[in-house]
Amino acid sequence: MAPERVFIKGNEAIAQGALDAGCRCFFGYPITPQNDIPEFLSKALPEAGGEFVQAESEVAAANMLLGAAATGVRCMTSSSSPGMSLKQEAISYMAGSELPAVVVNMNRGGPGLGDIGPAQGDYYQSTRGGGHGDYRLLVLAPATCQEAYDLVIEAFALAFRYRNPVLILGDAILGQMKEPIARRESVTYDDASGGWHLDGNAGRDKRLIKSLFLDEGALAGQNRHLMAKYAAMRAETRWEAFQTEDAELVVCAYGSIGRIAKSTVRKLRARGLKVGLLRPITLYPFPDAPLLALAGQGKRFLTIEHNCGQMVDDVRLAIRTKADSDFFGVMPGELPNPDDLEGPILKSLEG
Amino acid sequence: MQAAEKLVFKTPDVIIDRPTHYCPGCQHGTAHRIVGEVIDELGLADKTIAVASIGCSVFLYNYLNVDAVEAPHGRAPAVATGVKRARPDRTVFTYQGDGDLASIGMAEIMHAANRGERITVIFVNNTVYGMTGGQMAPTTMIGQATTTCPGGRCAEREGLPIKMAEIIGMLGGVVFCERVAVNSVKNIARAKKAVRKAFECQEQGLGFSFVEFLATCPTNWKMSPVDANKRIADELIPYFPLGTIVDRTGGGEDK
Repeated sequence: MAPERVFIKGNEAIAQGALDAGCRCFFGYPITPQNDIPEFLSKALPEAGGEFVQAESEVAAANMLLGAAATGVRCMTSSSSPGMSLKQEAISYMAGSELPAVVVNMNRGGPGLGDIGPAQGDYYQSTRGGGHGDYRLLVLAPATCQEAYDLVIEAFALAFRYRNPVLILGDAILGQMKEPIARRESVTYDDASGGWHLDGNAGRDKRLIKSLFLDEGALAGQNRHLMAKYAAMRAETRWEAFQTEDAELVVCAYGSIGRIAKSTVRKLRARGLKVGLLRPITLYPFPDAPLLALAGQGKRFLTIEHNCGQMVDDVRLAIRTKADSDFFGVMPGELPNPDDLEGPILKSLEG
Repeated sequence: MQAAEKLVFKTPDVIIDRPTHYCPGCQHGTAHRIVGEVIDELGLADKTIAVASIGCSVFLYNYLNVDAVEAPHGRAPAVATGVKRARPDRTVFTYQGDGDLASIGMAEIMHAANRGERITVIFVNNTVYGMTGGQMAPTTMIGQATTTCPGGRCAEREGLPIKMAEIIGMLGGVVFCERVAVNSVKNIARAKKAVRKAFECQEQGLGFSFVEFLATCPTNWKMSPVDANKRIADELIPYFPLGTIVDRTGGGEDK
């Protein structure tokens, strides 16, 4: 039987993906442009035997997530940029306590209240931890509704594999765009075998989930353990390479902007111009190796983002021994189309 | 064992036998013990998940032999909501001080109570931030000197001490709410009865239950344990009256 195809918005694809992945608890708070996610799950999750709570704030929602995650169930929260700032407290505690959960940020324009349109201004916050202390999240950046659906399902598996929060970073374009997606028939998983979650200490020693390490050497040990885990996450690095083989200029862009840049690259290819696209799908871990390999082949680079220049730092770090990257920023508050990116790409191509 | 020997005083099984980190005369230990006795007597030890808070009380998990998770400052009721929603068949309680619950955690406690989360909250009010060194709390008494109101708390400048049990009692999801003290044998017995009732509420799935303990902090009050205990009776109880504030366990109106 062919998988069911449904025509839904990106926000709904994320909610559907969570449901199909076996998410049992969702904790949310209203903020545009992600409201379809809690709205969808407020009906669908209780019908599936799960729990939906509209929290009193993003702070509370993220801490409810921490509590549910401690019991080893699949759980999620979603928000948009100003709300994400409020969730950082709990996310830092979850990283420190090694708790698995999925967090969704449908990025809007900032700083401050910004606007409710698409933007990528939360790249630094997403890829540098976001809260206090040394920690990282696995960060997945879908560009289409299908990819959003698939990556949410993947995110739950990754969260449990690494006992770490996983961030889905979308934007208002992805959230509000409607596309057909193919649903998976069933997702099977076994999260209970880890032997770390809380369910009462019947027949075993008590378990403690915490991020406080006061004993001499304990916190240093925990930080070394976390760093080793983040290094192991490099195995999860994902990217899309589109016509990069013979390209003279490689455009690096992620998420919705990656998709728009792909249209521009396709159009310029039709005119015989040797441009390609490298679209990071994981923003952490960042696809350093493929970028460095392309730099080794003598290619030039242009990073395009919907912000004032954030991911370009990571591109430059990746290729720093061989090449540099130009940057073109679409300002938060502006909505680009493929034609808008043509000029900057041609400029970098001509060098 | 000799037949003549009769055990009249025993540490609850769920209490871990270890040296205390609390200061001499601190009543956290008494509150821990009461919670431990109730968990034992109700047979809840192997199905309980404790949510610890920030402050001196964070180390609750070192003294109780139950599963536990550490919540960020003030967020224990939100964390407990997540735990309980994920595992409604487990007994979930928070243990929070007055800085944690009545200041930074005001939103979380109010809304968890109002939603009627099936959790129990043990609130220890000693009128001061203990672990950070004796700063002013929302419950600090008028005239009480702390490191951040060295001339004494002033009503015009800092407002009046917050009466949490009365505030919580006004919320619809609350089934049982009582304020207790542990400054005398009689009050300790009453406190235990209240804690027992609070956990029973949860076991019966009735709703949110809340017990406020008035407790000493001799170190930050700069008093001997005996004087600190006397202050509970002379200063605190007249302002924070003891007793049941709400009891809807019968399904009827407020007491």
